[in-house]
Amino acid sequence: TMTHQYPALTAEQKKELQEIAQRIVAPGKGILAADESTGSMAKRLNPIGVENTEENRRRYRQLLFTADERIDSCIGGVIFFHETLYQKSDDGVCFAKLIKDRGIVVGIKVDKGVVPLAGTNGETTTQGLDGLSERCAQYKKDGADFAKWRCVLKISETTPSQLAILENANVLARYASICQQNGIVPIVEPEILPDGDHDLKRCQYVTEKVLAAVYKALSDHHVYLEGTLLKPNMVTPGHSCPTKFSSEEIAMATVTALRRTVPPAVTGVTFLSGGQSEEEASVNLNSINTCPLNKPWALTFSYGRALQASALNAWKGDLNKEKAGTEEFIKRAQANGLAALGKYKSSGRAGAAGQSLYVANHAY
Amino acid sequence: MTHQFPALSEAQKRELHETALRIVSPGKGILAADESVGSMAKRLAQVGVENTEENRRQFRQILFSADDRINSCIGGVIFFHETLYQHSDNGVPFVKMIRDRGILVGVKVDKGVVPLAGTCGETTTQGLDGLAERCAQYKKDGAVFAKWRCVLKISDSNPSKLAITENANVLARCSSICQQNGIVPVIEPEILPDGDHDLKRCQYVTEKVLAAVYKAMSDHHVYLEGSLLKPNMVTPGHSCPTKYSPEEVAMASVTAMRRTVPPAVPGICFLSGGQSEEEASVHLNAINNCPLAKPWVLTFSFGRALQASALRAWRGHKENEKTATEQFVKRAEVNSLACQGKYSGGDNYGEAGHRIFGSCHAY
Repeated sequence: TMTHQYPALTAEQKKELQEIAQRIVAPGKGILAADESTGSMAKRLNPIGVENTEENRRRYRQLLFTADERIDSCIGGVIFFHETLYQKSDDGVCFAKLIKDRGIVVGIKVDKGVVPLAGTNGETTTQGLDGLSERCAQYKKDGADFAKWRCVLKISETTPSQLAILENANVLARYASICQQNGIVPIVEPEILPDGDHDLKRCQYVTEKVLAAVYKALSDHHVYLEGTLLKPNMVTPGHSCPTKFSSEEIAMATVTALRRTVPPAVTGVTFLSGGQSEEEASVNLNSINTCPLNKPWALTFSYGRALQASALNAWKGDLNKEKAGTEEFIKRAQANGLAALGKYKSSGRAGAAGQSLYVANHAY
Repeated sequence: MTHQFPALSEAQKRELHETALRIVSPGKGILAADESVGSMAKRLAQVGVENTEENRRQFRQILFSADDRINSCIGGVIFFHETLYQHSDNGVPFVKMIRDRGILVGVKVDKGVVPLAGTCGETTTQGLDGLAERCAQYKKDGAVFAKWRCVLKISDSNPSKLAITENANVLARCSSICQQNGIVPVIEPEILPDGDHDLKRCQYVTEKVLAAVYKAMSDHHVYLEGSLLKPNMVTPGHSCPTKYSPEEVAMASVTAMRRTVPPAVPGICFLSGGQSEEEASVHLNAINNCPLAKPWVLTFSFGRALQASALRAWRGHKENEKTATEQFVKRAEVNSLACQGKYSGGDNYGEAGHRIFGSCHAY
């Protein structure tokens, strides 16, 4: 029945979840998404000529996790892949402990990848619910306090379909519910890919529809919003869109979409970087934070490539280049820490993203 | 799902958004003077006045002839259809009286509740037939916003899934049609305070109802920035044995709103339900002082809680008109302070503390 509440969480459980969420997105902080699966790591390591071995993956994550105290004020949480959660530094210290001991919250990717939705035009849902409760309980014992689950939607003539939107929203809500039962803050990631030639307006429209469905599902599944985070795409034109848009236009479209769909109770919005370059991702995040509309949630980053690309390039697997790699990572962490406060001054390269159609304070 | 067929042009959106903002300008709220003929019968009977068209006109005149003090407290007035076409003693149309002082004119457009067969006494609201044409005409006649009321009840079996989805849907249809005609919709999903349920239960139900309302609004492509919400505050049921402080009521209300109402909605104008004038003001004040981030304006759309003392002072006697008007002005000023969180409360003048409750009412 619709009318009686069977409380999913006690007041203590809620308090713990909300406090974890708030710590992750504390002012000036965001998330390092270091949860690339083994398959994804191949795509990162091969281009720099590094073999995709467990040891190389360990050495690479060590390069990130041994960054000095400069990252403590920029990184609120790190998302781990399962393998990495149980790896150790050269000194034999568990990576999870290394991160947790410096006051950074440990997170874990818990989904098991996308699977096809039959009868659709190449659309997917995400699997990983089986035994998720037991896995969350174990991860919590092993030091994790938050989790991430990624769903994927595409924009085309026929997509996203009603089924894709509903099914992905539902599975995100199930995942969120299970996490919270185990003291784990769920980061909900309904990524709408930037592939395609659609314009900014279209991405905004689709993002609004997707997020409205996500929050209805979260309500239906009795998820405690204050103890969650959202990891959405920024609203951007498709990669092959001929029109260029300024970062202010991207920011206005993004903030407008969120204002129309994300309840204020959600503690924070941690954007994914998608295909954006490191600089683009920082400049856009900065514009989002300086957008002159009321924004009642933290607006920060959960970046993978946009925090690591330069680090990877500086390292290239070379033992002697580890410090250089770490330094590149620290630079991007600091840049994004500033962007999350609306205080980032670009070094200039991202200015390419459009002079043509800048319209001040315009929302679709 | 994937292509947008824009419902509104940029100019239409801008007009709707600006109207909504004006209604809920800082320090302002709504006078709900839209009681139907049937509802007016109940009001007037309580003060021994016959429910004639002339008496209804005279009472609204008492309200509308208030002096300039209300201009900074009242952003909009909701009219009943009949009243929209009535005049003052001097032959000035009420609409003109209100508009000329910079207050926006609204009109109640629903046609009352009807039963939902197969439920336990639940209802939906009718009035969609010809609504577009009616809105177009009201716009010509001076109205810029409209109100539509749906009613839900809390009991062991209610509200049912059907009642929630059906009422959310009809609110969204109303909103869509209004906006097509340059009218800002004020949507009212009222959850009645009847019952012995506690504060938590009301909060839970309010959250479920509002989540459904905003999903329906999204599905119907309603432009949220050009709409307003008129919800119940979150309160315990009238027969609930537990008493709650204004701060608890405020926290429950603001929490429910934060979990469901997107920041794009410019304003939330609470209904007063069965609350006394003072209760409603004190609660609104506490809501505005609640220490959580509140990205929408939180103000009033009060009927009884603005008019009860005025009605009692009047009692149908011409010689009491000025006194009655003064009672209304006082409540308007108090609520103007309350919607800014500046009301220090406890001003028990007149009949303000008198409890107002009519069980299971539908107006």
